[in-house]
Amino acid sequence: MSRSAASSPYLSLTDADQEAMLEAIGVSSIEDLFREIPEGVRFRGELELEPALPEAELVAHLEELAARNVHTGQELSFLGAGIYDHYVPAIVDAILARGEFLTAYTPYQPEMSQGVLQAIFEYQTVICELTGMDVSNASGYDGTTVAADACFVAKHATGRSKVVLCETLNPQVRQVVKTYAPGFGLEVVEVPHHDGTTDPDELRQAADEAACIIFQQPNFFGCLEPAPELAAAANDAEALPVAHVDPVSLGLLEAPGHYGCALAIGEGQGAGNYQSCGGPHYGFIAMRSDYVRRMPGRIVGETTDLAGERGYVLTLQTREQHIRREKATSNITTNQTLLALAGLVHLSWLGPQGLQEVGETCMALADHAKQQLGLPLLFPDKATFKEFSIRVGRPAEEAIRAARERGVHPGYALKRDYAGMEDALLVCVTEKKTPRDIERLAEVLTEVTG
Amino acid sequence: MKLIFEKSKQGRRAAVVPKPDLPVPDVPEELRRRQLPRLPELAEPEIVRHFTALADRTFGVDTGFYPLGSCTMKHNPRVNERVVALPGFRDLHPLQEEDGSQGALELMWRLQEILAEVCGLHAVSLQPAAGSQGELTGLMLMRAYFADRGEAEQRTTVITADTAHGTNPASVTMAGYQLRKVETDDRGNLDLDDLRAKVDENTAGLMLTNPSTLGLFDEHIQEVAAIFHDAGALLYYDGANLNAVCGISRPGDMGFDIVHINLHKTFSQPHGGGGPGGGPIAVRDMLEPFLPVPAVVRDGERFRLDYDRPKSIGKVRGYCGPFGVFVRSYAFIRAYGPALRRMSEVAVLNANYMLARLKDTFELPFDRLCMHEFVLSARALKREHGITALDVAKRLMDYRFHPPTIYFPLIVPEALMIEPTETEAKETLDAFCEAMLEIAHDAATNPKLLKDAPHHRPVRRLDEVKAAKRAVVRYRFDDHPDLAGEPSQGEALEAHKGA
Repeated sequence: MSRSAASSPYLSLTDADQEAMLEAIGVSSIEDLFREIPEGVRFRGELELEPALPEAELVAHLEELAARNVHTGQELSFLGAGIYDHYVPAIVDAILARGEFLTAYTPYQPEMSQGVLQAIFEYQTVICELTGMDVSNASGYDGTTVAADACFVAKHATGRSKVVLCETLNPQVRQVVKTYAPGFGLEVVEVPHHDGTTDPDELRQAADEAACIIFQQPNFFGCLEPAPELAAAANDAEALPVAHVDPVSLGLLEAPGHYGCALAIGEGQGAGNYQSCGGPHYGFIAMRSDYVRRMPGRIVGETTDLAGERGYVLTLQTREQHIRREKATSNITTNQTLLALAGLVHLSWLGPQGLQEVGETCMALADHAKQQLGLPLLFPDKATFKEFSIRVGRPAEEAIRAARERGVHPGYALKRDYAGMEDALLVCVTEKKTPRDIERLAEVLTEVTG
Repeated sequence: MKLIFEKSKQGRRAAVVPKPDLPVPDVPEELRRRQLPRLPELAEPEIVRHFTALADRTFGVDTGFYPLGSCTMKHNPRVNERVVALPGFRDLHPLQEEDGSQGALELMWRLQEILAEVCGLHAVSLQPAAGSQGELTGLMLMRAYFADRGEAEQRTTVITADTAHGTNPASVTMAGYQLRKVETDDRGNLDLDDLRAKVDENTAGLMLTNPSTLGLFDEHIQEVAAIFHDAGALLYYDGANLNAVCGISRPGDMGFDIVHINLHKTFSQPHGGGGPGGGPIAVRDMLEPFLPVPAVVRDGERFRLDYDRPKSIGKVRGYCGPFGVFVRSYAFIRAYGPALRRMSEVAVLNANYMLARLKDTFELPFDRLCMHEFVLSARALKREHGITALDVAKRLMDYRFHPPTIYFPLIVPEALMIEPTETEAKETLDAFCEAMLEIAHDAATNPKLLKDAPHHRPVRRLDEVKAAKRAVVRYRFDDHPDLAGEPSQGEALEAHKGA
């Protein structure tokens, strides 16, 4: 146990420091510090870990691992299905690299953390503006767990335990809700789609005695749901309508709060976060003020200091686990603040006009792609946003494999989640694509489906 | 300072969005947005200045010492930020075909193996998004395990310590269990008599942090494990304090069956102002079939995501976990190698050194060697001078230190929970101890100095009661209330502040 203090990275003690400190404590060795650990549970020997890597070798090792992935800069990719290749502006990287944001924690001590508190307050405002809701929290884990959170809110708000999920809701989201359901005491019911969207009358039936219904707009197939009618159907049954929305669509599509939804949730990744193999990103959850006492997680509120100056603090904390313990609205502590900050920076960079224009560009390119590909649409009568589903006339995985050999990833095989959709491909077109890219996709799909 | 919305001016903008020469289809009338969201309207220079000003008003580990107990605020190596930004990681789609994500899958598989070794357990799932979700996932595993054994109806309670993090009881409720609390004995260990009285055939398991939130290693951990295992119950290890014991004592060897690991604490994922985190769980072999999907498995030289796990509890978050967190933590561990033990040794050395310097001045509820953190009480200062733990915390800010966690654990009145971590220099530890000693002195001679603290932060002490009462939780533009126009109550809520 007499390794030199300097033998490991990221440590600041010298051998002389260590000696002086052991003496001040009154122990003779490092080993002696652990004398209260029962002999039988002490670990003898050395952890079986690979040898330490100096920084340069560490970088080389990770570069080698990274090189064995095919990222969206290497192949022309039309993969979406919930995680999107939208452009992330340089200022997001620059601001997130500020050590003050990167290395702070939850702002328990507000006088130390006014900057991050104000940023969260601004983030909450942006989410409320996007969704048309009254109150947002400081972020949830991702677009799946906020759906489980919404169910928990709805259960307590209505006293009902059935939750209704549209089949057109991202399968990942539905799976997570089902995992949470037994502990929450929830019964999960799914409503099938008809030609790619949900039928409001069928939803109204299913919503009877339900705590909430969750639909996705645009839905997983890329189709636009009759969202106001779905919200009305839920409200008719006194079930809370919950919309799972794409933030990038909300410059063009109506805000859920403006057509009767009680809660709006979603995956924030497309606004300000890289794809990063699926995380970390941020989930958002916003709701009408009626339910604020059931909101999970952190909320920042405005106040004043002793001198009457404006400031920000974590507030309504009696909802939270560190005070309410087993009666808390959620167990969440660590959230996704840094990723939510990226969202705030990104949306500030876009502004209202920029958000609308990104939506228009996605929609124009996607519509162009539908026409250029010359393949049958899975749901030809439905309006879409940035994704759409086509039939490739052979098992989709085969078409994907063949297209990737030509340097193009054409999209997501829907049969991974939906029975009977053997030849269906979900194609995503973001504003980063060009008409030339779409031409190339059309060429390749013609080759691999012909 | 002004909110970004107050700096906004209609028509100003930063982004130039590509506009291909293509028609934009109409959004169906009934779905079209009628009024654009009031996002900020600024040019790029002002956006950069705004967020730089906010950064200036935020204190991180990069700014200075941050001994926030239970949160493990260690240095975040910058090489980890470099490697996580490699395009092969950063721009990888989570649904990429497996032959296009072999590097990512191998990294996850390697991290699973490392965490299993550190925990002394058999299998790892990287899926949970944070420690709290790891707790919930672990309790879901208990449910699934007992359901599989036909004991679901019988086993309805989960036991926690009275020193537990608030997340433990909250997770117990979310998982659909009943909570029973066990007391702490006069050495800071779990009270074995109380424990024996509360463990029975209805017990599903124990959730325990070891070392505890008092920073003390439970001296009877083997007896504790035997009590639960003899009753057919499971032991869950809250890994919040794993930084104390890497390579020194492994949770699996202590008798725990399920462990969550806070990657943002022990393995240096930056805390990001509140997150992200990562909360992988490690389990004993009999629990492996119930782990969340997907699992990362190795077939010879190939790696793949395995969803074919019939007994799995299901998915707990989207896609394949918070991958960027895995990259940083993997890089952190590879920089140490087997010397990871040294990390924990120094964390414990630093804490004991500070404890030795402070324990004659502040009350120490349990006079033992500590592990990586320790808890002092400001009770005497309160009794003698009316100075609370909150006052001590606020005054520390004037020395440019982040305060420790205060008012937690709940069983210690006026608690100050101090966790220095392994990355601090002795000079920093000394400077903090000297500040604490000076504050204790000032409590007697100049209490007003402490009551009015902080004096050198961008704001003075904030009115938390007003914040909760008024609940202004978003900017309201033209209708925004002027809270400053009203007299401040000057009351500070002495809520529990800490992890």
